[in-house]
Amino acid sequence: MSDMGTRNTAVAAETSSAPTETVAPRAETRRLRMPDWTWLGIGALLLIACLAPFQLVPFRTFQLALAMIYAVALLGLNVLVGHTGQISLGHGAFFAVGAYTSAVLMDRWDTPYFATLPVAAAVAFALGFALGIPALRLRGLYLALVTLAIAIFLVPLLKRFESVTGGSMGLTLTKPAPPVWTGLAEDQWLYFLALLVTVVSFVLVAGLLRSRVGRALHAIRDNEIAAEVMGVRLAFYKTLAFACGAMLAGAAGCVYTWVIGFVSPDSFAVGLSITLLAGLVVGGLGGHWGPLLGGLFVMYVPSFAQDLNQAAPGVIFGLLIIAVMYLAPNGLAGLLGRTARWLEHLVRKGKNNAH
Amino acid sequence: MAGFLQQVIEGLTAGAIYAGLALALVLIYRFTGIVNFAQGELAMFSAFLAWQCVQSGLPFWVALPATLAVSFVGGMLIERVIIRPVEGAPELTLVIVTVGLFFFINAAAGWIWSYQVKSFPNPFPEGAFRAGGVTAGYSSLGVLGVVAAVMGLLYLLFRYTKIGLAMRAVACNPQSARLVGIRVGTVLALGWGLAALVGAVSGVLSAPLLFLEPNMMGGVLIYAFAAATLGGFDSPGGAVAGGLIVGVAETLTGAYLDVIGTELKIGVPLVIILGVLLLRPQGLFGRAVVERV
Repeated sequence: MSDMGTRNTAVAAETSSAPTETVAPRAETRRLRMPDWTWLGIGALLLIACLAPFQLVPFRTFQLALAMIYAVALLGLNVLVGHTGQISLGHGAFFAVGAYTSAVLMDRWDTPYFATLPVAAAVAFALGFALGIPALRLRGLYLALVTLAIAIFLVPLLKRFESVTGGSMGLTLTKPAPPVWTGLAEDQWLYFLALLVTVVSFVLVAGLLRSRVGRALHAIRDNEIAAEVMGVRLAFYKTLAFACGAMLAGAAGCVYTWVIGFVSPDSFAVGLSITLLAGLVVGGLGGHWGPLLGGLFVMYVPSFAQDLNQAAPGVIFGLLIIAVMYLAPNGLAGLLGRTARWLEHLVRKGKNNAH
Repeated sequence: MAGFLQQVIEGLTAGAIYAGLALALVLIYRFTGIVNFAQGELAMFSAFLAWQCVQSGLPFWVALPATLAVSFVGGMLIERVIIRPVEGAPELTLVIVTVGLFFFINAAAGWIWSYQVKSFPNPFPEGAFRAGGVTAGYSSLGVLGVVAAVMGLLYLLFRYTKIGLAMRAVACNPQSARLVGIRVGTVLALGWGLAALVGAVSGVLSAPLLFLEPNMMGGVLIYAFAAATLGGFDSPGGAVAGGLIVGVAETLTGAYLDVIGTELKIGVPLVIILGVLLLRPQGLFGRAVVERV
């Protein structure tokens, strides 16, 4: 919404500024420079992300890679929940499908690991599409019920087909080895693979949301009936959002298999799905940065809280979810954005006073 | 034939527990339009409270009413403190808040009582009633009897008392109810309290069968959802009927379909939920919602 606003002013400024360049008001030019700051921030973040694995101990690098994997999964969930307004309590199931697709391909058919990523994403997409067709005829609460039931059903299903999935023992795999020419250690290589997938996913989703598909999804979220009247095909776009979300979760699951080197049904119990939803809510629904913050949250809060008590992560999660719903409906991302705008306001006020 | 009847009786016992939780879900849905994902966890917490009472030396039949009273007050408090501020919010917000509650109660129980499995005393006598090759354990009959009693008491409450009439009025139309002088807020809190009480009955009944631990109601909750969906989310009688049907269907599928077996039984509620929503979204006894736009 906000970047559409700036784009409009940018266009308006471009058409009008040619003859009256010197008269252009100061505030206008400052607003035009805003996106540059965003790009600068993204660049700095990427630079830090690229340098981090050379400064951190392997375990920290591994944790960061996992946080990015969760961020990709949350990105998918955000397309569905944040941008389309549908509730899913079964996102972990698609994560598991991606992880298992990759693991089974590598384990049974010795597929090279990078080839498993598109397959895992495609399988999750297809499954998301197939499940989306019946599920998205349902609204709100019922969709939450069905997705929850799917997430609960998946674990015994994985345990049952032992010959393929390895049953409750799971599958242990060799982690992808770094190519010699890179000179990287294993954890660093895995980190960069995760980083690459994360960056590509964020760019793809940003593109999707700027397109007519993104506008259709937002229309559905804001008012289903009005969207339908405007010619948005509800069933198609909802199913598409469901499938895209599932695809990203599948891709994240695939990278998870690479990084962990082990899959078992109990890692994908229904708790994962609910944790993902919680992470997204705390990170921020419907924005660009919520999934990233949510990924960090899902990764680090449980590992810190675990030291306190086995049950502490759950207590903290529960309280935070409810608190965020009351106090900051846009999550951490919304809070950060508000702080940034407040700081900018202060800076601008200071400058004006200096004149 | 006797084997089949035996399975049906076991199904009915399991179904009675699902019916109890489904009844709690339906009560809250009727009053506030919220599907409470934390209902199972509330029931689990009540079961732990009862266990704590019994552990500290109280006889079971004293511990039970004490637990029910605490659950009732707890349910009212939750409505007042957590649900009231988001009343009328979009469904997404409501679902997320109850999911947060789910997390919190589950972990709080784990914090207080640890995740070790505890055995819960069976309130009903050992032994069984036999007739024509079919055995019905006294505990099965007891569970069925208690759920029937709860159902009957609720019916009497709603049908013949003044407060029941007020509650029905609020469920039917909150604004008109307020205009005729009913305190809608109090009634909503009462609804949550009643639901917590009914859920607590279900939790205490299922604890001896399932073993007591913080995650014990996760599976039951999904069966209860299936039961409520099947019966219709706005029909208490439907919830009970749905619970019994789901219980019997689950047991029979587990026993007679080898492909499914005991491990994949949890797929039965998924199939029931999907089937009902696609074929008859309002459930067997529910009313179809007609929305004005």
